[in-house]
Amino acid sequence: MNALAARRRHPAAIAILIMLGLFLTGAVYTVIAPKDADATTQSLSAQSVEEGQALFRANCASCHGLNAEGRATGNGDKKAGPALAGVGAAAVDFQVGTGRMPLAGPMVQAPSGEVKFTDDQIAALGAYIASLAPGPEVPSDEAVDPLKGDPARGGELFRVNCAMCHNFAGAGGALTRGKYAPAIDDVTSKHIYEAMLTGPQSMPVFGDTNLTPESKRDVIAFLTTIDEQESPGGLKLGSLGPVSEGLFAWVFGLGILVGAAVWLGSKSA
Amino acid sequence: MNEQDTTHPGSEVASTPEHGTAVRLDQGHVVGDGGLPERFTNPGLPEHVARMADLDEAAARRAEKQVATLFAISIIGTLAFIVCYFAISLETTIFVPGIGETSASNFALGVSLALGLLGIGFGAVHWAKTLMPDEEVVEERHPLRATDESRERVVEELRVGGGSSQITRRPMIKYTLGGALGLFAVPLVLQVAGSLGPMPQNSLSQTFWNGGPSGPGQDPTFVPLRLMRDPENTPIKAEDVTIGSVFHVMPQGLLPDPVTGDGGTPNLLEEAAKAAVLLMRLDEDLIQSQKQRDWGYHGIIAYSKICTHVGCPVGLYEQQTHHLLCPCHQSTFDVTQDAKVIFGPAKRPLPQLQITVDDEGYLVSAAPFQEAVGPSFWERG
Repeated sequence: MNALAARRRHPAAIAILIMLGLFLTGAVYTVIAPKDADATTQSLSAQSVEEGQALFRANCASCHGLNAEGRATGNGDKKAGPALAGVGAAAVDFQVGTGRMPLAGPMVQAPSGEVKFTDDQIAALGAYIASLAPGPEVPSDEAVDPLKGDPARGGELFRVNCAMCHNFAGAGGALTRGKYAPAIDDVTSKHIYEAMLTGPQSMPVFGDTNLTPESKRDVIAFLTTIDEQESPGGLKLGSLGPVSEGLFAWVFGLGILVGAAVWLGSKSA
Repeated sequence: MNEQDTTHPGSEVASTPEHGTAVRLDQGHVVGDGGLPERFTNPGLPEHVARMADLDEAAARRAEKQVATLFAISIIGTLAFIVCYFAISLETTIFVPGIGETSASNFALGVSLALGLLGIGFGAVHWAKTLMPDEEVVEERHPLRATDESRERVVEELRVGGGSSQITRRPMIKYTLGGALGLFAVPLVLQVAGSLGPMPQNSLSQTFWNGGPSGPGQDPTFVPLRLMRDPENTPIKAEDVTIGSVFHVMPQGLLPDPVTGDGGTPNLLEEAAKAAVLLMRLDEDLIQSQKQRDWGYHGIIAYSKICTHVGCPVGLYEQQTHHLLCPCHQSTFDVTQDAKVIFGPAKRPLPQLQITVDDEGYLVSAAPFQEAVGPSFWERG
């Protein structure tokens, strides 16, 4: 203890204390942070509307209503969950297949996360929702095959229709009041297609009359291409443009210069 | 001769100059009326501390070796740079921890060049800090003023030279020279001012939706123009626009054919920068303004995509809140309230484009923008 007390005025002490404090805060948070509910039920082999309905009632009905008719919270006109008739199997596959649904609790935006259902269960849920009213279907493998698309045309479409929210390199960006457009660099082709088709959450709908299925495949081809592209310059700094690059230059560039100036000016005795 | 030496500041300054001392705290001090000592003593420089290398020949030899090692590292780095430049293919990539997959050539050249430069730099500084003399020395500052004789001689030479050039006796030369030199400033200013291009005239108040190209001096007459998808350049049927969708729109005739690149308007970028339009469909009951409903078509509404703050494209449409967000300065427009500004630095709502459908069911403009799009300007009507 004496050794510690003797060094309490050491220049590095404050930095070490801050690091320790940050680390402890993070560690405590991960322990007490709310956990996602484990809603996995036993695996289902056959797809059917009945099985989907049972799954729906067990996992989704608390917000979306027993028959997917939507539920109000009773707080003003706020909804616990929207009505789902007509959203189609594509919306179910996107929301559940990326782990956005079931939502652990009310929040501004459902974040993608751990997928809580098997593929068969998601298909059964989709079949149930699609049986309520016709809606967009899950695309075929061919419709989302990036090798069949034209990445150059897709890039042009992406820059006009998508880049303002999702960033020119698909790195995502902020929206209003805590909402955000997520990064789309590690999203499967199928889910990109479904997102365009159904317009989840804040995202507008890009139906087949707006972006044709071929155009959607071109966009997927573009995103796959920039995903696979190597970065000759090394660190991409998140592809966020001047903000992250400027911050990097200020912190590290100026930091090195300041360090060099201190070293040059220090006495050498 | 030396003004600094002969001039003593006011009488309130205790001045007991003591030549040869390095730091003269005794000058410039205002004598107070108590509390302060009559004069401060000059503490001088701190005592010089000798370095290891000054005292110990072994330490000096060690420092010499260290400096030489740093310079040798620089030599190796530079040689490695030359080798890497030729040896490593531009296509090769390697994985570098902390950086990721990156070009091997870039990485090798960067590292070897850094070694080459840092070796010289660190070596020089280490040399200076360990071996070069570090005795504090005070250098006297001497007056910069020339002697009176040389000053007089310069004046005399100018006077004699000016006289012999006869400029004072020949007024014609004096005035024409003045005129020539003065007038020469004009071309410098003229080419800057003259190259600013034509005045904008009414082009800031008009767009391609007025009926055609709307550059300076052009005055298009209104014809209904179809709303075309950007960049496919295909017309949009009213039935295509589903609730919640957003279309990025350019007027018919502006964009070239996306495949062949033919057609399109000259000055494409200038026209597109003014004519860009965002087309959305809302549940008609959500629209709160009668004018907005009338200028739309069954809940399909078209707004200028150019922010009224500084002209960024307002492209971020949140289909659930019906907010349009400008990515540059976060101006937010509420589409249900005729694009009213609800947040951010923009001062005016986005101008709405009045639309309807033509005989074939395609969406067309019913009138040009009724106000200038984009940021404010002086003559804005």
